Amino acid sequence: MTVQAWTFVLVGLSFALYIGIAIWSRANTTSEFYVAGKGVSPLANGMATAADWMSAASFISMAGIISFSGYDGSVYLMGWTGGYVLLALLLAPYLRKFGAYTVPDFVGDRYYSQTARIVAVVCAIFVSFTYVAGQMRGVGIVFSRFLEVDITVGVAIGMGIVFFYAVLGGMKGITYTQVAQYCVLIFAYLVPAIFLSLLITGNVIPQIGFGGVDQTSGTFLLDRLNDLHQDLGFAAYTSGEKSTIDIFFITAALMAGTAGLPHVIIRF
Amino acid sequence: MSESSGQSTPAMTLPPDRRPASSEGYWRKNLTYLGGLMSVWFVISYGAGILFVEPLNAFRLPGTGFPLGFWFAQQGSIYVFVVLIFVYVYLMNRLDREFGVDEDAE
Repeated sequence: MTVQAWTFVLVGLSFALYIGIAIWSRANTTSEFYVAGKGVSPLANGMATAADWMSAASFISMAGIISFSGYDGSVYLMGWTGGYVLLALLLAPYLRKFGAYTVPDFVGDRYYSQTARIVAVVCAIFVSFTYVAGQMRGVGIVFSRFLEVDITVGVAIGMGIVFFYAVLGGMKGITYTQVAQYCVLIFAYLVPAIFLSLLITGNVIPQIGFGGVDQTSGTFLLDRLNDLHQDLGFAAYTSGEKSTIDIFFITAALMAGTAGLPHVIIRF
Repeated sequence: MSESSGQSTPAMTLPPDRRPASSEGYWRKNLTYLGGLMSVWFVISYGAGILFVEPLNAFRLPGTGFPLGFWFAQQGSIYVFVVLIFVYVYLMNRLDREFGVDEDAE
């Protein structure tokens, strides 16, 4: 079989899996639709949150951009993970104890105000819209490459599929679909990371291999990257181009943004 | 809604004038934990990873090619974040049990 045929088979199988999960876990009540009837195990919920985190952008390009940009890429690493600390410490416990489905629910009930609720709804829709616009573009690019159609057509196909299983399964369907996606994504990430690390430094664990010795030159991999970057006229790999103040505020913005992602907050 | 702290009522989400008295102690402890953990969060990410990255880069993580500041920004901060969340969950579960507001008691 050609590579094209293999791609069709594998992508077809994973979609069949996602849609099968959606049909199997159809939502019957409002509570099931919004919060999966609170019956999702912590492990499954964690996997689904991780799949939320590894969005279309991370899957298509972020790993490459971060590893290319060296120290400057730290803003994404610290921003997206540090945001989860903010979320876990400052937002999630209170929403959960309050028993609200969404942030607008919480704001409206906590402050006894319909106006506050409407403001929160408008904010949530605006945030979601901005976020989904970017993600959908990513989905469109994936489908346009895969089916060799226009990006616009790709976006339409992607939206059709998501609409189908979101309406059918609600939060429960989405959660279990995300668990399946998590397994697929983590596998797709780990395989190249482990083998690249093995090839370059001979170490199976990529995190350790990154600080290890490059096998062809016998010097530390990071030193080699520094030399390479400087030979090409960039700043050293481990110090980066951005000023401290840029790094500081971009990280802060990414942390606050991550903590506020509506589709992640609802998981608590 | 019941006002006693032993019930499932989420005491901390009531407005201040309707909270039971024991919730004040709960809230103070909660804030202490938050302050401590958020300080670690700030010192590791913004401190070691960003503000003091240059001086820390003068050192290397022993036995590896990592300059220390670079390592904190790329890996160390993430490990610390994960540990922070586990510590927070442990502390809060203990505190919830102490004040009888844990989820299992409902």
